[in-house]
Amino acid sequence: MNVLDESEAGPGACRGCLRRAWLIARLGGHIERAWLARRPLPAVLALPDDELVAALAGTQRERVENEYERFDADAALRFCRATSVIPVCSCDGRYPQRLRELPDAPAVLHVYGDVARFERMVAGECVAVVGARRATPYGLAQARRLARGIATAGISVVSGMALGVDSAAHAGALDAGGPTLAVLAGGPERPYPPSKRQLHADLAARGAVVSELPPGARAHRWGFPARNRVIAALGRLTVVVEAGERSGSLITAALALDLGREVAAVPGLVTSPLAAGTNALIADGARLVRGPEDVLEALLGAEAAEAARRESGHEDLPADLWELLQRVGAGQDTVGALVAGGSGLDAVLAGLSQLELRGRIRRTAGGRYARLS
Amino acid sequence: MLSRVATFAIDGIDPWPVWVEVDIRPGLPAFHVVGMAGKAVREARERVRAAILNSGFEFPARRITANLAPASLPKLGPGFDAALAIGLLAASGQCRAEALERWAIFGELSLGGELRPCRGLLAAAEGARRHGLTGLIVASERAGEAALVDDITVAAVDSLRGAARLLDGEDPPRPPVPDAGPEVAAETLPDLADVRGHAFPLRALEVAAAGGHNLLMEGPPGSGKTMLARRLPALLPPLSRDEAFEVTRIHSVAGIHRRGGLVASRPFRAPHHTISASGLVGGGQVPMPGEASLAHNGVLFLDELSEFSRPSLEALRQPIEDGRVAVVRGQRALLFPTRFTLVAATNPCPCGFAGSDRHCSCGESELARHRRRLSGPLLDRLDVRTTVSRPSAAELRAPARTSTAEMRERVLAARERQQHRLAGTDARCNGQLDARLVRSHVLPTDEARRALGDAYDAKSFSARGHDRVLRVARTIADLDDRDRVEVADVMAAISFRTQDELEGEIAA
Repeated sequence: MNVLDESEAGPGACRGCLRRAWLIARLGGHIERAWLARRPLPAVLALPDDELVAALAGTQRERVENEYERFDADAALRFCRATSVIPVCSCDGRYPQRLRELPDAPAVLHVYGDVARFERMVAGECVAVVGARRATPYGLAQARRLARGIATAGISVVSGMALGVDSAAHAGALDAGGPTLAVLAGGPERPYPPSKRQLHADLAARGAVVSELPPGARAHRWGFPARNRVIAALGRLTVVVEAGERSGSLITAALALDLGREVAAVPGLVTSPLAAGTNALIADGARLVRGPEDVLEALLGAEAAEAARRESGHEDLPADLWELLQRVGAGQDTVGALVAGGSGLDAVLAGLSQLELRGRIRRTAGGRYARLS
Repeated sequence: MLSRVATFAIDGIDPWPVWVEVDIRPGLPAFHVVGMAGKAVREARERVRAAILNSGFEFPARRITANLAPASLPKLGPGFDAALAIGLLAASGQCRAEALERWAIFGELSLGGELRPCRGLLAAAEGARRHGLTGLIVASERAGEAALVDDITVAAVDSLRGAARLLDGEDPPRPPVPDAGPEVAAETLPDLADVRGHAFPLRALEVAAAGGHNLLMEGPPGSGKTMLARRLPALLPPLSRDEAFEVTRIHSVAGIHRRGGLVASRPFRAPHHTISASGLVGGGQVPMPGEASLAHNGVLFLDELSEFSRPSLEALRQPIEDGRVAVVRGQRALLFPTRFTLVAATNPCPCGFAGSDRHCSCGESELARHRRRLSGPLLDRLDVRTTVSRPSAAELRAPARTSTAEMRERVLAARERQQHRLAGTDARCNGQLDARLVRSHVLPTDEARRALGDAYDAKSFSARGHDRVLRVARTIADLDDRDRVEVADVMAAISFRTQDELEGEIAA
């Protein structure tokens, strides 16, 4: 039953779904306790409303049931409107088909940003790019470069707006002016982590931010694995950029595998603790990703990848810059190393600046350069 | 009887003539000092009494009033002892008063009657010349400092009795014994020949020295930032006589110049990061020059820049912009000169190991906080920025890349070009070019101008950074002995920057 008629700017969300979303948020603390007591999250989130209350609310059961009975869908919609959030419920045609494959699919996706753009993104191809929060400069550079290449091809980049790789991926997609979608663990209108306020605003303006929880809901710890399932389900392919041995990104990868999605990983140094997880994924058969071309090949086939590769061609570089670029890529990544390798200092300095201005390399902490393309 | 003796009060670093008038008349025995005298001056009564008696003179058992004129000027420090004692002797007829028309006397007395040097000797001697006195009587110790001033006779005496004999004409004025050579022999300064690796920082050091640019070094602990900074003073042109005078005067007033003679090498000051704002730029109850003035004509090195308090760093803005700082105390504003090259060093992140071989344990928010602490107006004044990384084992084995003498030669040649070009302007070197002078003196080729515009459009740097790049590019071209700034110079100048300017987008 639609509580709002279709004429009113489209957003229709049914009372049942809204109430379900409200209930999940209402029971946030209870779910947290169950989750900390090692109750599997999907089993909890897949319970029907009444069983959920019965199983989790404990002494508060009656009170929650009361509130549940008196749930006011119009008030919920008004609050959404006040916070510029548009609820898209599972009965809505715009609800992403891929999410329906989840046994514990969210009842509502709350969209912060342009809902038409959101609809286009989830109707088209999506790639999830996830990784460590405390990423290395290499990981950040690769995430950004990867996302830039993917977004340039018109494919949406889905991630979690966390510190590190997630944010770099969003930033890379925004660089390319391409589509990108962030899935948050709390209400979609609240930037989390708060330091990503600017990115959150950019995403709302040029991409979209979604959450299964209604506006105003705080992020519980269980919310992060829960949003990971949404990320994994939305992406046809999940790329892990950097992950330690026990990283949350590996959970996303496992969820993607459970859903029959493909998983890929960017290799790292065998000595780097932040590459342990990704290298292990590759050893277990995940697709190896060296750059956006590999992602495009997985999604669109070899031909499209070849076209993309041609576009990022090297023909526009003079020979000396090309050589410098190769050496930076080969690990001579500081001015000192390049000079020791036999180049004139002034030529190195000037060359590095030129490569940087052309977007081929990027300076990272400690004066090291990372090759971008 | 009344007598009058000239001496000097040091206010800030400037000498002010002070007349010590002593009046002795019958009455109950008393000794009063009036005329806005500080604590040390009031205590002088006891020193003067003991010194006079221990020198074998008589201390008149009458009513003695000493006045320090002008009364409006605060008088601080022990430098008035000798003048008070001589005035008292002259007023009581124990030494001749006529000679006091020509001589000033400046010094502290011991209880035994010995004359001791006090701070600001050079300033006092300059004051004597400026006010038309022909001679200055000072303690033999460090008298060489006063003797640096031409056109006045400096008489070195050991004691109050010596001073009295000189004034009586019994002893001729004894010229000061020349000091034992320059303060620090040039060879003992650290040399760049000890440095291994560090190709990029060395070039930054050279550019900073050649253009008088302020320098920022970023690198993990122990990578050699301090070592490099200490080698900067020796790269700069030698102190001119005027500059050496300025430095000696300030150091003498601050009491850190104890050898007599001129300061021979450019100062290098490295205050600890816990320093207060007034310690850095000058101030205090008795206004004293701060580290910024002590580094005048030399190098001010701020290690761990991000650890300095914000008020301290803010206080440095005026000294950097104007080359002097005004310290206001009560109704008076004192000016201290502060024309130094600023060298700042910082860790790349709170733990210090970002981008190095060791693992950095800082999270993104800690890095953001670190960058915020480093940002701000002070950073805009740091033209040349470099990252310093730990040299590799191979670099440690390799021969030194350069020596101080070699680099200094290039620096001096580049400085000469600048002086030639900047003749008739306020600026002495490229580091001092303001926006107007940048436009008229940098002279980029059309191609270089276009390249800079492209880089600016690509948001590689801020609007302020635009002029910064041009100033540094100018210096790079000067080092290469070229009149026009070319594309390569601009590109090299763009590379002299550190992490802080780059991120922000990733954090966005």
